Amino acid sequence: MDYDVLVVGAGVTGCATAMELTKYTLRAGVLEAGEDVCTGTSKANSAIVHAGFDALPGSLKARFNVEGSRLMPALARRLDIPYRRNGALVLAFSPEERAGLEELLRRGRANGVEGLELLDRQALRQREPRVSPEAWGALYAPSSAIVCPFELTAAMAENAAANGARFHFGARVTAVRREGELWALETQAGCFRAPVVINAAGLGGGTLHNLVSREKVSLVPRKGEYCLLDRKVGGLVSHTIFQLPTRMGKGVLVTPTVHGNLLMGPTALDVEDPLATDTTAAGLDRVIQQARRSVPELPVNRVITSFAGLRAHPEGEESDFILGEAPGAPGFLDAIGMESPGLSAAPAVGAFLAESAAYLVRASVNRSYDGSRPAVCRPAELSPEERAELIRRRPEYGRIVCRCEQVSEGEILDAIRRCPGARSLDGVKRRTRAGMGRCQGGFCMPRVLELLSRELGLPPEEITKGGGGSRLLWGPTRKRGGEGE
Amino acid sequence: MISCDLAVIGAGPAGLAAAIAAREAGVEDILVLERDEAAGGILNQCIHSGFGLHTFQEELTGPEYAARFRARAEELGIPIRLGVMVLGLGSDRVLTLTSRERGLEQLRAGAVILAMGCRERPRGALNIPGYRPAGIYTAGTAQRLVNMEGLLPGREIVILGSGDIGLIMARRMTLEGAHVQCVAELLPYSGGLKRNIVQCLDDYGIPLRLSHTVVNIRGRERVEGVTLAQVGPDRRPVPGTEEDIPCDTLLLSVGLLPENELSEGAGVALDPVTGGPVVGEDFSTSVPGVFACGNALHVHDLVDFVSQEAAAAGRSAARFLKGGPPAGPVIPIRCRDGVRYTVPQHLAVEAMPPEVTVRFRVSAPFREKYLACYINGTRVFHGKKRIMAPGEMEQYTLRRAALPADAREIVFCVEED
Ligand SMILES: Cc1cc2nc3c(=O)[nH]c(=O)nc-3n(C[C@H](O)[C@H](O)[C@H](O)COP(=O)(O)OP(=O)(O)OC[C@H]3O[C@@H](n4cnc5c(N)ncnc54)[C@H](O)[C@@H]3O)c2cc1C
Ligand SMILES: Cc1cc2nc3c(=O)[nH]c(=O)nc-3n(C[C@H](O)[C@H](O)[C@H](O)COP(=O)(O)OP(=O)(O)OC[C@H]3O[C@@H](n4cnc5c(N)ncnc54)[C@H](O)[C@@H]3O)c2cc1C
Repeated sequence: MDYDVLVVGAGVTGCATAMELTKYTLRAGVLEAGEDVCTGTSKANSAIVHAGFDALPGSLKARFNVEGSRLMPALARRLDIPYRRNGALVLAFSPEERAGLEELLRRGRANGVEGLELLDRQALRQREPRVSPEAWGALYAPSSAIVCPFELTAAMAENAAANGARFHFGARVTAVRREGELWALETQAGCFRAPVVINAAGLGGGTLHNLVSREKVSLVPRKGEYCLLDRKVGGLVSHTIFQLPTRMGKGVLVTPTVHGNLLMGPTALDVEDPLATDTTAAGLDRVIQQARRSVPELPVNRVITSFAGLRAHPEGEESDFILGEAPGAPGFLDAIGMESPGLSAAPAVGAFLAESAAYLVRASVNRSYDGSRPAVCRPAELSPEERAELIRRRPEYGRIVCRCEQVSEGEILDAIRRCPGARSLDGVKRRTRAGMGRCQGGFCMPRVLELLSRELGLPPEEITKGGGGSRLLWGPTRKRGGEGE
Repeated sequence: MISCDLAVIGAGPAGLAAAIAAREAGVEDILVLERDEAAGGILNQCIHSGFGLHTFQEELTGPEYAARFRARAEELGIPIRLGVMVLGLGSDRVLTLTSRERGLEQLRAGAVILAMGCRERPRGALNIPGYRPAGIYTAGTAQRLVNMEGLLPGREIVILGSGDIGLIMARRMTLEGAHVQCVAELLPYSGGLKRNIVQCLDDYGIPLRLSHTVVNIRGRERVEGVTLAQVGPDRRPVPGTEEDIPCDTLLLSVGLLPENELSEGAGVALDPVTGGPVVGEDFSTSVPGVFACGNALHVHDLVDFVSQEAAAAGRSAARFLKGGPPAGPVIPIRCRDGVRYTVPQHLAVEAMPPEVTVRFRVSAPFREKYLACYINGTRVFHGKKRIMAPGEMEQYTLRRAALPADAREIVFCVEED
C-alpha cells in the first residue's frame, strides 16, 4: 500500500503526528505493531502535562514541552477528553535544596513558563495541607496539568482516522529499504511505501533509526514503577507534588489523576529488556517510601493496582528528544528518545513533524479538516433528565457493566465501534475505564468479554487481554463440549 | 419519582430472606432490586453442594438453596426487579436506579435493606510484583466463567489464598480437567472451612502450602509461571526460598470485602474491621430506616446464617415502618484479646428480643482456649473451645433475661484459662 507519509508507532507521538498530518492534503498511514493505539510507553506514565521548568533552556524538550502545554487545553476541549490544570509543587526538604528550586525557577523563566513562584513553608502548607511538615519550601507551577493519556492518544487517533488517516495494526516494521525515492517498510501485514517516514516507534525507534541512518543511537529502557490508589483517597492532595529532580529524572511524585485516583511513582532504573514492564518488590517499596516522604499520610493499603512504564532514554547525560531527519536518510524523520515530557510535548511535536513532512511532499493545507471528534457519550456526566432521556432512546446506556466505575454497556459498545476501536479487554478498559476500579475487573470481565466476542464476531476463547498471545481463556468447559482428558 | 415502603438492594440469599420476612411481618409494598438477570446472588455460581444444612437439614447446591427462597418470594408475590442497578442511596432513603427497560429512576423508600453482598480482593490490593498478563483471575470470577458461562480460564493452575472460594475452585478446576499445582496461603493456617480443605484439596491430593506467597508473576502476554516463596513470622518472603512454578493461570482467593459504596454514600457508619455497617441487634445502621444484612454486613462462610440474619433485618424494617416504639438506651458490644469484631456492635437492652445471637471471628487460630463474655466488667461466660479459627465464624447467644438492668457494656474475648 502506498502513502505520502507513513508514521511508525501509534503511541501519543505517532497519533498526534497522524492527526496533524491530516491537516494537509496528503495520504497518511500509521503502522503499529500492537493491536491498538497506546500500548507502549504512552499507556504507563505519570500523565502530567508538565509546565516545562526543568528542561534545559534551549533544548528541544524545553521548546516542545512549553508549546505542547500551551496547546493542550484547547486540544482537550475540541477532542472532548479530560484535562485539568491542577498546578504542581516541587518540594525542597532543606535550605540547601533551595538552590535546586532557584535553578528550576531560572530554567522555567528562561523556557517561558508563566506564573512560577517560590513558596515558603507556610504558603506551601496553605496551598497543600497534606504535604510533609519536613518540606521546607516549594516551587509552585500553576500551569502544570493532568490528562488522561489513553483518551488523549485514542482521541487524536480517532480524529486522524475521521480525517482520512489509515491505521494498520499488527504491522510491526521489521525491515526498511530504499526503493528509488520511496521508503519501503516490511511488516507482517505486508509492505508499505512512502516518500516520507516518521519514526515514532518509542522504544523500537532506535532499531529503526539504525537501519537507515549512518549515525547510530542507543535507547536505554529506563523503568518507572507506580502504585495507583483508590478513588476514595483521591482527594488527599490536589496538586502534583514533585521532589527535586535527580540525574535519573524527575523523581517520585504524588498526584491526583483526572479520574480522581491518586498516583504515586515513578522509580527510575535502567534495564536491558525493552519489554520489561514488570513491577518489582524493591521498586514498589521504593515508590511507597519516596512518596511518603512528600505526603506522609498516604494510605498505602488503598493501592488498587501497580504498573510500570519504560522511558526510551537516549544514552548519555542531559539527553534530548531526537527530532527531525535522520542523518543520511532523506525523508526519514525521527521522533525518538521521547522520554518525559514526551506526553506533554506530543501535540507540538506532532505539528512540527507534520509540517516538515508536508513540506517534503509539497502538500497544501487541507481545508476540509474537521477538528472535532464524534461525540463521546458519558452518561455519568449528564444531568439526571438528560441521562433518563438518553436511556429511553438507547437502553444499552442503562445497563451498568462495570460497577466500580459505573460504565454502561452502551459505552463499551461505543469503544469497540469507534475507529480505531477497542479490540481487547485492555482496549475497552483504556477507553472506558471498565475494569479500572477497585475490583479491577473481577465483576465485569466476563461481561466485557461477551460484548467483545459478539461485536468482533469471535469465539470467547479468541478474545485477548491486550492482543498477541494474551488470550483470556483456554476454551469451553467439558459440559460445554470442550475436550477433556 | 416512584416510591415503595421497603426497598431491598440485592436479591441474593440475604435480600430474598429479608424481603420474605418483611412480607410475613405485614409489609405489603416491597421492591427487591437486583442488577443481575437472575435472583440468587453468588449462590447461582456455587454449583457445589453444602448449602442449607442448618436451615433445611439437607445438603443443597447453591442454586437449589436460592430456588427455595425464590419460590417462597414468588408465592408471597414479592416483586423482584432484575437487571436494575442501584447507583446511589441518600440518607433520605431516596435511591437512584438505572436499567435498560426504565432508564434512570428515583425511588423513595420508607425503609431500605442493604443486601449487596461482597466483592473479592483483586491482585492490586496485594501489590504482587511482576507482569500483568492474561490469566490472573479472582477465584469468584473463575467460578462464574466455569459454572455459568461454560468457559475454562486455563489448564495449569496455581491458587493463592485458601479462602473457601479458592478451595472450591481447586476442586472445580480439577474436575474440569485442569491441573492444580497447589494452593498457597500466606498465613500459617487456612482461612477456609475445615471441611473444604478435606473435600476440595485432600481428596484430590492438591498440596496446601501454608506460609507461602506469590512474589513474582512471569509472562508478558499470558501467565507463564509464578514464583512462590516461603514467608517468615513477619509475613515477608524469606530470601532463598523462591521456587518457580510454571503455570498458565493464577487464581486469587485472598479475601472478600463487603460491598458498601452505596452505604457510604448514604452516610452509614462502617466498622473498619468488618468493612460493613455498624449495626444494632435489630440490624439497624446509623442512618434511620436503613438496615443491613448478609455479606454486605460481614463476610459469612455459611449461607444459613445469612438467611437467619437477613430475616431478622426484614422483621426490624417492618417494625420500623409501623413506627415501633423508640429503642431506649443503647450499650456497646466490644471485643478485645483474640476477638476481631462482633456483629451487632451495639444493643438496645430494653427493645431486644429474648435472645440475640452475637457473631464474631477470632484473630488467629486458638486451641483449647476459653471464650469469655463480660458484662459491666463481670465475667458472665467462660467456655472452653477445642478449636477456634479465623475461617469459622463463632457465635454466642445473649439472653435478655440474663442481662442486668444497669448493663453498660458487653465485651467478648479469648482467654488462656
Ligand atoms: C515512567 C514514565 C513517566 C512519564 N511521565 C510523563 C509525564 O508525566 N508527562 C510527560 O509529558 N511525559 C511523561 N513520560 C513520557 C511519555 O510517556 C512518553 O514521552 C510518550 O508516551 C512517548 O510516546 P511515543 O508515542 O513516542 O512512544 P510509545 O507510546 O512507546 O509508542 C510507540 C509505539 O510504537 C510501536 N512500535 C515500536 N516498534 C515498532 C515497529 N518496529 N513497527 C511498528 N510499530 C512499532 C509500539 O508498539 C508503540 O505502540 C513518562 C514516561 C515514563 C516511562
Ligand atoms: C464462592 C462461594 C462459595 C460459598 N460456599 C458456601 C457453602 O458451601 N455453604 C454455605 O452455606 N455458604 C457458602 N458461601 C457463603 C454464602 O453463599 C454467602 O455468604 C451468601 O451468598 C451471601 O449472601 P448475600 O445475599 O449477602 O450476598 P450475594 O449472594 O452476593 O448477593 C448480593 C446480591 O446483591 C446484588 N447487588 C449488589 N449491589 C447491587 C446494586 N447496587 N444494585 C442492585 N443489586 C445489587 C448482587 O448482584 C447480588 O445478586 C459461599 C460463598 C461464596 C462466594
